[in-house]
Amino acid sequence: MLLSVENKTILEAINITKYFHDPITVKVLDRVNLTIKKGDFLSIIGKSGCGKSTLLYILSTMDTNYEGDLFIDGVSMKNRSQSFLARVRNEKIGFVFQFHYLLNEFNVLKNVMLPGLKLNKKSPKEIEHDAYEKLKILGIEKEAFKNPNQLSGGQKQRVAIARAMINEPIIIMADEPTGNLDKKNTEIVFDIFQKLATHYHQSLLIVTHDQEFANRTDKIIEMQDGKIIH
Amino acid sequence: MNWKLNGQVAISLLLAKWRQTLVAAIGVTFGITFFITLLSFMSGLNDLLDGLIGNRTPHVRLYNEVQPNDKQPISLHPDHQNDYHFIRSIKPRNKLARIYNYSAITQTLEKDPRILGLAPKTTTQVFYNVGTVDIAGVIYGIDVEQEAKLFMFADYVTQGNFMDLKNVSNSIILGKSLAEKMMVNIGDIIQLTTGKGQQVKLKVVGFFESGLMDFDKTQGYVYINTAQKILGVSNNEITDLQIKLKDITQAPILAKEFAQTFELNAIDIQTANSQFETGGRVRSIISYAVGITLLIVAGFGIYNILNMMIYEKIDSIAILKATGFSSQDVNLIFVMIALSIGIFGGFVGLIGGLSLSYIIDHIPFNTPALPTIKTYPINYNPKFYLIGTIFSLITTYLAGYLPARKASKIDPVVIIRGK
Ligand SMILES: Nc1ncnc2c1ncn2[C@@H]1O[C@H](COP(=O)(O)OP(=O)(O)OP(=O)(O)O)[C@@H](O)[C@H]1O
Ligand SMILES: [Mg+2]
Repeated sequence: MLLSVENKTILEAINITKYFHDPITVKVLDRVNLTIKKGDFLSIIGKSGCGKSTLLYILSTMDTNYEGDLFIDGVSMKNRSQSFLARVRNEKIGFVFQFHYLLNEFNVLKNVMLPGLKLNKKSPKEIEHDAYEKLKILGIEKEAFKNPNQLSGGQKQRVAIARAMINEPIIIMADEPTGNLDKKNTEIVFDIFQKLATHYHQSLLIVTHDQEFANRTDKIIEMQDGKIIH
Repeated sequence: MNWKLNGQVAISLLLAKWRQTLVAAIGVTFGITFFITLLSFMSGLNDLLDGLIGNRTPHVRLYNEVQPNDKQPISLHPDHQNDYHFIRSIKPRNKLARIYNYSAITQTLEKDPRILGLAPKTTTQVFYNVGTVDIAGVIYGIDVEQEAKLFMFADYVTQGNFMDLKNVSNSIILGKSLAEKMMVNIGDIIQLTTGKGQQVKLKVVGFFESGLMDFDKTQGYVYINTAQKILGVSNNEITDLQIKLKDITQAPILAKEFAQTFELNAIDIQTANSQFETGGRVRSIISYAVGITLLIVAGFGIYNILNMMIYEKIDSIAILKATGFSSQDVNLIFVMIALSIGIFGGFVGLIGGLSLSYIIDHIPFNTPALPTIKTYPINYNPKFYLIGTIFSLITTYLAGYLPARKASKIDPVVIIRGK
């Protein structure tokens, strides 16, 4: 798969190095360099404990304790205030975790709307409309007014994906989004990512253990002991 | 910062744990209710006791104490003008402790705009004769109308008509306990012996109850002219001039001024009754202390529920932060939860306090000592409600502060990794 050169760089990691000091100092990431362009559909694979999640937390600005530099949309994330980074996450990054993390206090639709309401760029009515559209894309618009705990595991994960999409982020990152799902649901979720990439040109960066799924992405990044080897 | 959205999240967290939230709010309600009731009741009690004293105590009392003359003969002698005089054992002159130029003083004072009214008084020691027994006591000669107007005399005369003192010649109103001791009724004639040994017969026209048993056991009131007759002095001589002021706080200053102007002794109400003020202050301090303690306990209730909420909702907090809520947003959400518990609980507490005060205000409280009081005293001072509101807001804010800070410091990576 060739990435067209004129595509804009949306995320650039330069020499990211990360240590954990507890109980002993360990280097978990070692000079990781990564460039993601608009529309890229990437997967990260590697053995358990090689640093995939750690890298993803750094790329998503949640973890700020690292060496090297990170540019998102051309802006350095180094030495930024917590609220600045919160704003970046809100506006530019969608995240899907292994666990869905839906808020049981709100119904499905409201869960999807929350980051949109936080961004506060559109009226609540428009956000509601958008949220409903996202649920439609993921085929769960019928569940919009249910409570999250009334949904199946696969449905919950799809709601989480809809929530990641609500602010039209420049990139969606996912950390083993199918880790908790059975084969059928895994298939559904992967199909959704595929659809987002091909139909909507959504940039995606997905950590997975599923070699089969990884093969369907544009590019596989393989990690080993804190380094990118391919 | 998006207040509306944070408010929505706060409310939904509140409602998700509405039972525990309600318990925390009831804690605040309880605290405020008792805070207000306690203060209203204690303050009512203070007012009552102050009234007990204040109603019958002159703001300034002028009198003439038996004391040796400052100007001894030797100091007037021309040969010894510049010497220092040592004179030992000076005794007062045989002149009784009285104000002699009463009408002149009255004329001056009546023009004084700072004065509400004047009531002359002539006090004398007597023995009440009961068969062969003599009871030592005091009678006060009073100007009945002035006494009633300025010192609520009529309120304390529980039997008989106080005006009879003026209208019936040689009449007396006795303390209730004294009358019981002497076994006399209204209409009876009693006999007493004056300090100079004369015997006087007086007709009992009423009884009074001052609320202070010691007074009632020894005292009697007569008309001022009767007292002057008993003492064998002119109409111009009295022992005390009682002054009621328009502004009670001016009493100490004016007492000094009058003492100088008229060359008399003067005592102000604050000095004469300092122990009562102290008692009142101690009561207030105790009620504030108890009230604030209750609020602090309520504060711990809020602190607990918030900590529990944060513990249970830690995933939700993590995802809110992961999806772009800042630390300040999370902090605000939990402060809002704390404050809404405080505001809701506090508001109900204000109503509760008012209701409980109202109930206490209607509980009958009859005591022979306080004839004018029919129910427990309550002071409905809005100040207490204001203080209660402020305290409830402060305690809930403080109770919410630490948990809110803790919530805002939650690191989403730690939580998400832990799954
Ligand atoms: N808080 C921490 N303190 C110390 N070491 C940590 C901490 N978090 C992770 N590690 C270590 O860092 C390394 C990388 O962890 P990470 O979670 O990134 O691995 P991973 O590639 O995502 O593995 P998996 O596929 O099992 O999810 C592991 O060896 C792990 O033990
Ligand atoms: Mg991982």
